Amino acid sequence: MSDRIFGFFGLALAAFYFWATSIIPDSFMIDVVGPRAFPYIVGTVLAICSLYILLRPDAEPDWPNLTNFIEIIFATAVMFLYGWALSKIGFVIATIFATAYLSWRLGTKPLGSLITGVATSAGIYLVFHLILGLSLAKGPLGF
Amino acid sequence: MEIFSNLADGFAIALSVQNLLLALLGCFLGTLMGALPGLGPANGVAILIPIAFTLGLGPIPSMILLTSVYYGAMYGGRISSILLNIPGDEPAMMTCLDGHPMALQGKAGEALALSGVASFTGDFFGTCGLVLLAPQLVKVALLFGPGEYFALFTMAFATLGGLTASNQAKSAFAAALGLGIAMIGSDSQTGSERFTFDHIHLYDGIDFLIAIVGLFAISEVLIFIEHHQGGAAAKSRSKIGRHRWPEFRVLKRSIGTIARSTTIGFLAGVLPGAGASLGSFLSYSVEKNLVDPEGKTFGKGDPRGLIAPEVGNNAAAAGALVPMLALGVPGSGTTAVLLAVLLQLNITPGPLLFSNNPDVVWSLIAALFIGNFMLLALNLPLVGLFTRVLLIPTRILMPVVAMISFVGIYGLTGSTFDVMMMVGFGFAGWGLRKLGFPLVPVILGILLGNEMEVNMRRALQISDGDWSIFVSSPLAIGIWVVAIIGFVLPIFFGKKVKKQMHADHSKIVVEEVDKGED
Repeated sequence: MSDRIFGFFGLALAAFYFWATSIIPDSFMIDVVGPRAFPYIVGTVLAICSLYILLRPDAEPDWPNLTNFIEIIFATAVMFLYGWALSKIGFVIATIFATAYLSWRLGTKPLGSLITGVATSAGIYLVFHLILGLSLAKGPLGF
Repeated sequence: MEIFSNLADGFAIALSVQNLLLALLGCFLGTLMGALPGLGPANGVAILIPIAFTLGLGPIPSMILLTSVYYGAMYGGRISSILLNIPGDEPAMMTCLDGHPMALQGKAGEALALSGVASFTGDFFGTCGLVLLAPQLVKVALLFGPGEYFALFTMAFATLGGLTASNQAKSAFAAALGLGIAMIGSDSQTGSERFTFDHIHLYDGIDFLIAIVGLFAISEVLIFIEHHQGGAAAKSRSKIGRHRWPEFRVLKRSIGTIARSTTIGFLAGVLPGAGASLGSFLSYSVEKNLVDPEGKTFGKGDPRGLIAPEVGNNAAAAGALVPMLALGVPGSGTTAVLLAVLLQLNITPGPLLFSNNPDVVWSLIAALFIGNFMLLALNLPLVGLFTRVLLIPTRILMPVVAMISFVGIYGLTGSTFDVMMMVGFGFAGWGLRKLGFPLVPVILGILLGNEMEVNMRRALQISDGDWSIFVSSPLAIGIWVVAIIGFVLPIFFGKKVKKQMHADHSKIVVEEVDKGED
């Protein structure tokens, strides 16, 4: 079933790709095949493969149950937020919370995960920023 | 004898203090990453690429650091195979078969030492093969026109899944997905904006490093979260025993095994669609059939059954560098990641690399030789240190890995949009892995997409739009034939070979569970 759904998704993706290829503007520089030929080939391969996956699906993959699926979504959301928060609150604070969350969800006790977060953040700041001179995101506090 | 003078020049560069230190660091980190389950060579190199660049290392030092990681990971994979029966990475799967039984018999130290020497010989002779074969392949590659290159790229995708590919439609879909992503950004030939939808972040295309780190490292973190695997790989400190040095007697008895496995492994590495996993599998199977056809000792802790796959996968690792360096077409996930290093450095791999940047190639090869000796030194007396790494629980390790990935990407691009896009790739990678899509073709597609298109358009420019140019030379036709065979063969044999590989491995697991229940 999953493969059939994915097949439909793949076909939709291929259709979208075809449409997006068709609106590529021409430029004043011209070569024989133009900028659209290769994307059309890629779109065709996508469509054929999707059709095959749709018609001959594999066995059902081992999907996580709802709780675990929510875990995945939350972890992704936290990492996504982390990316957004980097420029707002700076590397050190954002990293403490992101590391603590991930570590907590992997089974560390709350206090332990907070310590992991602080240690990771401080460790990375020390090694990569102070010693190796990498630029990390700066927050309002300057770190 | 040009080779020797080139190699001597290479050693002159690689022996500088900075490069030696980087090689040592790379070997150490690589062994660590190989040893830890869930952090394979491709992952390890991918995470370190952005960091190497943001540190401002030049092309040669970066390449030395990252290929040392690659070689190191091939050594490290065996440690958890032997001690815990958990392969650190996929090529190390066959090492479990005889390595773990040896550990159960209290010969873990001997097994580690023997496999260390086996890794060394595999790597050493594999690298010698690389030195001899790559320049020859370059001579052939210089005859390639754009039409042949287009065929070659297609072949790389068609054979990438190798004999073990379980669903070719999914491999092809993954490749097309990667190629499609590579098209984003302004067209290199005409400057037209493609698939950018006037989004300013997309004008330059999607940086392949973001995709690589996202698909490999972040999706791995998600897999761990899904399974709540927060514990350490090893529960207590494994006993290694006193034997830290391999017995000369055993080694002498295994010379034949070593010679055969080196050859098989190296060839498996060079040939498209094989790679280190198949190299170790073939070496083991051949050895088993030759030495122990009745199955009396193999699988029960025969040192030769340990040496064969370990020599095989290390020789294959060296062999896999041949097409990557000489043709610019990688045949495995990790060499694809190494290709990303070269591309990021604005060095075009392929035959011209040997004439335009001989210093890069030969110092890299020299560094491989030096790194190999360092790895032997690290792995024999210091192996106890690496076994202790297995005690670090993943609930601490994986978040740290994720954060270091973020630091690398942010340091490289300085854009939070890119960091968020990397998370997006991570989630997509998790979904694709669940559905059984291989991720390496996606990576390779993103890496090679533009080059492939450029060659196609160049060929058609030459022929003035006549598509028959792609089959106009015997060389091109030959490549197409290999591509088609490589794509079709696994449809018939893939499941069988894969089943065999996993059957051998799960047999051991089952036996052990049985023993535990007694």
